[in-house]
Amino acid sequence: MTGFQVVVLWSDILVWLLVASGIGLGVLVARSPPLLAAWRRVGASRTGMASATVLFAFIAVGLLDSLHYRVALDGKPGQKVQYGVEVLSVLDALAAPLRTRNEKTYSEPFATRLYAKETMDVPGAGAVRDYPRLKHGGKHLGEREDEVAADAGFTALRGAALAFAVWLGLAGIAAALAGGGTAAVDGPGWQRIWRGDAGFAWDAVLLTLLLMLLIAVPLFWLSGQYHVFGTDKVGQDVLYQVLKSVRTALIIGLVTTLVMLPVAVLLGIVAGYFRGWVDDVIQYLYTVLNSIPGVLLIAAAVLMMQVVIDTHPQWFSTAAERADLRLLALCLILGVTSWTGLCRLLRGETLKLRELEYIQAAQAFGVSSWRIILRHILPNVMHIVIIALVMDFSGLVLAEAVLSYVGIGVDPTMTSFGTMINNARMELGREPVVWWSLAAAFSAMFILVLAANLFADAVRDAFDPRAA
Amino acid sequence: MLTVTGLRLGFQAGRSTLAAVDGVSFAISRGETFALLGESGCGKSVTAQGIMRLLPAAGRVLGGSVRLDGSELLALPEAEMRSFRGGRMAMIFQEPATSLNPVLTVGRQIGEVLERHLGLAGAAARERMVELLRQVGIADPERRLDEYPFQLSGGMKQRVMIAIALAGEPDLLIADEPTTALDVTVQAQILDLLAQLQRERGMGMLLITHDLGVVARMAHRIGVMYAGELVEVAGREEFFGAPRHPYTQALFAALPDVSRRGQRLVTIPGQVPALAAMPAGCRFADRCPHVMAVCRERAPAWRVAGEGHALRCHWQGGGQAEQFAGHAVSELDLDSGRPFLAVADLKVHFPIRRGLLQRTVGHVRAVDGVSLAVSAGRTLALVGESGCGKTTVGKALLQLVPPTAGSVRLGETELAGLKGRRLRAARRHMQMVFQDPFSSLNPRLRVGEIIAEGIAALRVDAGGDPAAVVQALLAQVGLPADAAARYPHEFSGGQRQRIAIARALAVQPELLICDEPTSALDVSVQAQILNLLKNLQAELGVAYLFITHNFAVVEYLAHDVAVMYLGRIVERGRAEEVLQSPHHPYTQVLLSAVPAPRLDANVQPVRLAGETPSPADPPSGCHFHPRCPKAQALCRERYPETTELSATHAVACHFPG
Repeated sequence: MTGFQVVVLWSDILVWLLVASGIGLGVLVARSPPLLAAWRRVGASRTGMASATVLFAFIAVGLLDSLHYRVALDGKPGQKVQYGVEVLSVLDALAAPLRTRNEKTYSEPFATRLYAKETMDVPGAGAVRDYPRLKHGGKHLGEREDEVAADAGFTALRGAALAFAVWLGLAGIAAALAGGGTAAVDGPGWQRIWRGDAGFAWDAVLLTLLLMLLIAVPLFWLSGQYHVFGTDKVGQDVLYQVLKSVRTALIIGLVTTLVMLPVAVLLGIVAGYFRGWVDDVIQYLYTVLNSIPGVLLIAAAVLMMQVVIDTHPQWFSTAAERADLRLLALCLILGVTSWTGLCRLLRGETLKLRELEYIQAAQAFGVSSWRIILRHILPNVMHIVIIALVMDFSGLVLAEAVLSYVGIGVDPTMTSFGTMINNARMELGREPVVWWSLAAAFSAMFILVLAANLFADAVRDAFDPRAA
Repeated sequence: MLTVTGLRLGFQAGRSTLAAVDGVSFAISRGETFALLGESGCGKSVTAQGIMRLLPAAGRVLGGSVRLDGSELLALPEAEMRSFRGGRMAMIFQEPATSLNPVLTVGRQIGEVLERHLGLAGAAARERMVELLRQVGIADPERRLDEYPFQLSGGMKQRVMIAIALAGEPDLLIADEPTTALDVTVQAQILDLLAQLQRERGMGMLLITHDLGVVARMAHRIGVMYAGELVEVAGREEFFGAPRHPYTQALFAALPDVSRRGQRLVTIPGQVPALAAMPAGCRFADRCPHVMAVCRERAPAWRVAGEGHALRCHWQGGGQAEQFAGHAVSELDLDSGRPFLAVADLKVHFPIRRGLLQRTVGHVRAVDGVSLAVSAGRTLALVGESGCGKTTVGKALLQLVPPTAGSVRLGETELAGLKGRRLRAARRHMQMVFQDPFSSLNPRLRVGEIIAEGIAALRVDAGGDPAAVVQALLAQVGLPADAAARYPHEFSGGQRQRIAIARALAVQPELLICDEPTSALDVSVQAQILNLLKNLQAELGVAYLFITHNFAVVEYLAHDVAVMYLGRIVERGRAEEVLQSPHHPYTQVLLSAVPAPRLDANVQPVRLAGETPSPADPPSGCHFHPRCPKAQALCRERYPETTELSATHAVACHFPG
C-alpha cells in the first residue's frame, strides 16, 4: 500500500460546499410546511422523479471525481516522500483499468484491431500493411477474433442478470420504505407502489433504476475487456473521458449558478422594489452587459486569465491545479454574463408584487424596506429563482461545450464534453468517419441536459402558485 | 325553447369525479329571462359552461340532457356543436376587459362570427357590423369598427361583447354576471340594453348573477342554486313576494339596507360544503335555521308551493311569516364630536411622462382638492364610481402615496410631508383594510406572524406577550385560536378579511380606512363582516373611513357620506341628508341607478349618458357637465362653489336641488 496525499482543489471545496448547503437547504425545507408540501408534489411527479434518479447518477459520478489525491512515489526508505505529479480522484482509482489501458490511436467500439493500417513486420512474411491488433481490447479472446459478438453478448447477458438481481434488492428496500412510512393506506408497500398511490413516485424511480442498471452493469462489465465506446486519437478510452466530463459539466452548471444567483436576486428585487434611480442604474447595467456579445467578453476574460496563469507558474504545484483555476475563472465570467436574465425576471415580478395589498399593508405599518424585501418579497419570488436555477443549469452545460469547442473554454488538458467534441471534430471530415467520440459525448450530454430540463419542469409545476 | 333536465356535471380530481352540478332541471322559453342566483361556488357558471359544452379540461358531463328546440346538445358531435355556439346560442362573459382579444380590431372580432355563422363577408359584413354596433348603442360605429379594444372603455367593451354575441342572431343568450365588473351607472345602461334587445328579438336569456338587485330588474323567473342543486324556482312576483326556501330567505335577510340600520344583519353560518364532502341529506341542512332531523337523512324532493313556484325543502313553514328578527347593536345618532382627522384641499397628481427624456407632459389629477373630516367613533362613507380617486384618497391619508398638495391633520400633527420615525408613529393611529382579502395577506406567512407584524414594526406596547395579544385579536374578530398557526390559504374569503381586520386593529388605531372591504365577498359573508365592523365600532370606538361603491352598505353603515366625482367631492353631509334628499345631479343619478332587490323598485331611473371622463383631462368648468341633465352655459365655464345647505350638508353644484 503506497501512501497518498489528499489534494483539495478550489473547485472541490466549492462542490462540497454546495453539497453541504444542499443538505442544509433540505433541512430548512423539511421545517417549513408549505415548502415541504411543494417538494412532495415534486416527489409525486413521475417524470420529475425519473429525471431526478438519472441526475443523481450523474451527481454521484461527479462527486466521486471531486475527491482528489496524489500517490506517493516509490522512494528509498528514510528519504522524504515524493508524490506523483498526477492528481487522481476516487473515480480514477475505481476506473483504473479504463484510465491505464490506452491504445495507440483510434479504435472502434468493441474492436479488436486499430482503426488505421500500419506497416508491421510479420515473421516470415516481411513487412505487411494491416490493422494491428489492440493491446487491450478483446485481448482475452486471443486468436478467436471473430467471436466478439458472441462473447460480448454472453457477458452482457450475465451483466443484465446481475443488474436485475441488484434491482430486485433495491425494489425490496423501496417497498419496505413505502410500506413503513404511512400505514394509513391499505396493502403492503409493493402493492401501493404498483398502484401508484404511495405518495412518492417510487414506480418511476424503480423503472428508471432498472433501465439504468440494465445498461450500466453490462457496460462496465464489458468495459473490462473491450473499449465499449472506442478509443480516441491518443488511444484513451472514450467511456473514461465521458465519466470525467461529467464533473466538468456539473461544476460549470452549478458553480456558475452560484456566482450569478446572489447578484441576480439582489439587484432584481432592489430594482423592482425601489424603482427610481436605483432601477435606472441596474437596468442600465444589465442592458449594457446584454448588449456586449457574450462570447467576445468571455473570450477576452478567459484569454487574460490564461496570460496570468502562464506568467505565474510558481502558483501551481500540479497541472490539475492550473486547469482547475481556469475552470473557476470560466465559471466566474459565465456567471457575470448570465445573471441578467434572472435579474430582469425578478425585477418584473417584484414590480408586480410591490403593488399588492399585503406589501402596502406592511408599508402602512412602517415596516422597513429591507424587512419587506426579506419577509414579503423574497419568499414570494423563490419559485422563480428555483425554476431559473435549474433551467440555467442545462443552458450552462451546453454553453461550456460551445466555448470549449471554440477554444476558449476549459483547459485543453481537462476533459469535458466540449473538448471531446472539439477533438472529434476534425475526424468527422475523414473517410471512414470516426463517429464514436462525438456520439458518446453527445449522448451523455443529451441525457444530462434532458434530465435537468425535465426535473426543472416538474419543479416549476410543483411551485407554480396558480396550479397549487 | 331550452330544456335542461337532470344535468349533472363534474370535475375530475385524481381518480374520482366530483359532481359540481347535480341534477339541475329548468326550461327557458322564447323572450323569457331565467335568472340563476346563488353564491360563489354553487355551480352557476359551470351550468352555463355545460350548456355551451365549454367545460374546462377537467370537467365531465355525467348525465342529463340539454335540448335546444328539440335537438339534444350533449349528444352532438363537436363539429356540429360549433354551429350552435355563437349561432343558436351565445354567451357574454363577466370581465369585458379580458373577453376581447387585444390585438384584433373590434370589426375583426365581430366579423369572425358573421363569417362563421351567416357566411357574410366584405361590404355586406361591414354593413351588418355597423348596424350591430348601433343596436348596442355605440356612437360613431364606423370609426369604432377599426379600433382596438384598449381604445374603448369598460362599458363599451361590454357593449361590443354583446354585439359579438348578437352577431350570430342567437335564440338564447347566456349572460354570466354581465355587469359585475362595471360601475352602477354603466351597469344600468347595460341592463337596459339587454332588456331592450331581448324584447326586440324575443331571445331567451339565461342570466347568471349573485346580485338580487339585478335579478329584480331583469328576471321573469328565478332559480336559486345552492351547492350544485337548484333549491327554489319561482316566478318574479312569487320570488320577491314570498320566498320560501330558508336559503333564499337568508339571502334576502343578509342584504344591508337602510331599513336595517342599527340592526344586526342576518348571516348564514358556515360555508357552502366542499364538493368532496357533500352532505347526504339536504345540502343546506348545516346552515339552515329550520333544520330538522329529516333534513340530514333524506334529500328533499321537489314540492310545488304555488303557480310556477317549486322548492326542495322539508320545512313546511310559511313564507314571509318568519321574519328574521334583528336587534340593535349600536346607537346611530352619535353626536359628531370634534373631528380628529381633518383633510384640507388634498391633492394627488401623478405626472404623465412621455418621450425620450421622460418629460412631464401633464398630470393625472387622481385627487384634486378633497376636504374631509372624520370624528371619533363615526363612519364616513366615501362613495364614487371606479376611477374617481376614492382609493387614492385613502392611500394619501396613510401617506402610502405622497400627496401633491394640501394637508392631512391628525389631531395636532400635520401628516403630509412627515418622514421616518415620526411618520411611523403617526401611522399607528390609522390603518387600512384592503379590498381583496386574497392579495392583502402574504401567502408565505402564518396568520399569527401577519397579525403580529404591525405590533413589531410600530413597537406598540400591546401589553403582554405578543402571542397572547394575537390570541385576543383573533377572538375579537371571531376566529378560532388555532388560526394563528395556519396559513392564509386555509381560510375562506370572509375569514381572510377578518384576519386583515385583526391585523389592522393590532396597533390600536383610531381610524380604520376600509377600502371596499366587502366587494369581493358573497352577500352572506358581507353581512358577517359588516356586523363585525359595527361591533368593533361599538366596542372600541374606532372611526371608519369607508370607501365603497355599494350604496346598500352605505345606507346600512354610514353616519356621514361624501360623494366623489373625478377627484373632487361633489356632495357631503349626514347619511340621511345625502341619501334621502340628494342635491347634486350626480348623487341623484347614482342613487337611482342602483338596482334594488325589490319588486316596487322598478321606477324608471335617471339615466346617465356616457362614462366618466379621464382624470388626466377633466372637462372645463364643472367636471360633471358633459353628462349632467341640468347642465347650462355656466356649468361649462366655472367649477361651482360649495353651497352649504345646512350645517352638515354641502353640495358643489350651480343648480342644486
